[in-house]
Amino acid sequence: MGFVVVSDHGKEEAMNIVVAMKQVPDLKMIRIRDRRPLLEDVPFMMGEIDRSALEAGAELREALKGKLIVLSAGTEPLEDTVKEALAAGADEAILILDEALRDGESALVAQVLAAALARMPDVGIILFGEGSADNYSGQVMARVAEILSWPQVGYAREIRIEGGVAQITRSLEDCEELLEVPLPVAVSVVAEIRQPKTPSVTGILRAGRKPKTLWTLADLNIGLNGGAPVRTISRLAPVSSRLGQVIGSVDELVEIVKAKRGPS
Amino acid sequence: MNIILYSERPDLASELVTAGRAIMDICGGALQALTIDDDEQADFLAARGVSVHRVRSDQPSPADVAQLASAVHQTAVALEADMILLASNRRGRELAGRLAQKLGGGCLTDVGRFEVLDGRPAFSRNALGGAVEDVRCMETGKQVIALTPHSFAAAGVATGPGPVSDLPVRLSPSLVRLKETIRKGADAVDIEKADILVVVGQGIENKEDLTKAAQIARSLGAEVACTKPVATDRKWFSEERIIGLSGKRCKPRLALLLGVSGQVQFTVGIRDAGAIVAVNLDEKANIAYVADYLLVGDLKTLLPELVKRFSA
Ligand SMILES: Cc1cc2nc3c(=O)[nH]c(=O)nc-3n(C[C@H](O)[C@H](O)[C@H](O)COP(=O)(O)OP(=O)(O)OC[C@H]3O[C@@H](n4cnc5c(N)ncnc54)[C@H](O)[C@@H]3O)c2cc1C
Ligand SMILES: Nc1ncnc2c1ncn2[C@@H]1O[C@H](COP(=O)(O)O)[C@@H](O)[C@H]1O
Repeated sequence: MGFVVVSDHGKEEAMNIVVAMKQVPDLKMIRIRDRRPLLEDVPFMMGEIDRSALEAGAELREALKGKLIVLSAGTEPLEDTVKEALAAGADEAILILDEALRDGESALVAQVLAAALARMPDVGIILFGEGSADNYSGQVMARVAEILSWPQVGYAREIRIEGGVAQITRSLEDCEELLEVPLPVAVSVVAEIRQPKTPSVTGILRAGRKPKTLWTLADLNIGLNGGAPVRTISRLAPVSSRLGQVIGSVDELVEIVKAKRGPS
Repeated sequence: MNIILYSERPDLASELVTAGRAIMDICGGALQALTIDDDEQADFLAARGVSVHRVRSDQPSPADVAQLASAVHQTAVALEADMILLASNRRGRELAGRLAQKLGGGCLTDVGRFEVLDGRPAFSRNALGGAVEDVRCMETGKQVIALTPHSFAAAGVATGPGPVSDLPVRLSPSLVRLKETIRKGADAVDIEKADILVVVGQGIENKEDLTKAAQIARSLGAEVACTKPVATDRKWFSEERIIGLSGKRCKPRLALLLGVSGQVQFTVGIRDAGAIVAVNLDEKANIAYVADYLLVGDLKTLLPELVKRFSA
């Protein structure tokens, strides 16, 4: 059973589902030299939890009768990276491309995403990952919700929508809460909400033809006065003195474990 | 620096007291705590020697982060706070972003420690999924800092209690209705305190082998911990046992990792261990860089042998 909003004109209106997805370097490919991360040649991908959010969004499409729209703010390879999301089922993408978004500072990103959302018609729900794969800060959703004065629910494990209301089960450390919230709402999801889908061949073929809208910060009337609220002073891998020794036999393993265990 | 601290959990709030005092030692200023519709916690914190403001809301709705942020924001304004210290548990992280946005301030979550740079605190947190650690400084007057649980010791009872006062706040009606709270089955384990850990990864493929891993743990006097997918996808353990970026940071004397690939988000939780011994089928798995000793082999055949050897 779908939920349909009846507008002032008595017409049925669908609502759209937006998924905020962040382009991140493939963390498995990062090498460290002299404690510094080597990022050249590391390919970009959509964040893992954001891909779970996309999958959860695809299921809500039925209930809302609207479109599934990917929203992403970042730098150059983004047009390419987003194909992955379009191939996995999103209907269209709205991208904000700007060099200023390179280090993805949360306050700026939230301002950008909120400004874009304010220009998108009929958004019923926006889904975020619980934390971005690289920064894992968990700030962006709450900041966007505050800017738009929307209610927010973090760490959703299950979302159902019916009659303009979302029923959300959120997973906290010691309990789960079942919450009821009217739309529009900002929600962050935990990874286990859905398994991300691997795009099918037809999905990939279709992705190239799906609509993509590109905006810059200027298009959104966002100026960069004041600078970032947070400054990064250093970024180094922790010193590691692991032996990294391959051992040859179970005997050796047993001996080492018993020695390191110490007196019990 | 005018600091206020808040967590819905008294144990985490008392860790914030310790951290707040350490920041005051650097920057001077005052430290005050707030509780929201929770007199028991107010007494608990006052006993730790801090000045406590009991925030009384006209419509309590603890599940609504927008309401919570509004209550803390009003208090921060009334007390002219520059820094708000929160706990970086799930509720705290969610509150941090909304509150920072209201204050027009910068925000850092999951901060594990801080140092002094030019007379100001500089905060350390993981970045690039845990591959590196950033040191970050706040450029805004107002700042929200959420601290990783258990990064600071809990403050003990002080000789004289701090003063307690009431502070009313007005909230607009909540849009979020809490229909039900379902407690998670309590898992009494505290893997952060364990001396020895046996860590189960997805390389352990069935429950029968899982039993063997548990047997080894028992023989070694170890607690069993796991990687994230073992808890969240396979549901073999509660999330209390997850090690890593979204789990616990552990420093056992010895960790035995069974079928763990060693991706960065896991590794951040174990890198302070004394010795790391791993068993993995794949000698090229990232765990080879993370472990002190790696035995390359198939756990299906190795587990029965290890059970026998450790029980002897
Ligand atoms: C934002 C974010 C936060 C995250 N937080 C965490 C976190 O806190 N903790 C965490 O653990 N993960 C976390 N992850 C997930 C993390 O990226 C990895 O997916 C996860 O750690 C992998 O778990 P694993 O090593 O058990 O599984 P896999 O990566 O699947 O590794 C299994 C390993 O077992 C080996 N193996 C397979 N069969 C055998 C056999 N028969 N005998 C011996 N070895 C075998 C394989 O060679 C492989 O190396 C997070 C991810 C994201 C994006
Ligand atoms: N640059 C971005 N573009 C689109 N969505 C983003 C961006 N940065 C963060 N997000 C979203 O916000 C979530 C949480 O990110 P963070 O607050 O950085 O942990 C991510 O999982 C994404 O859903």
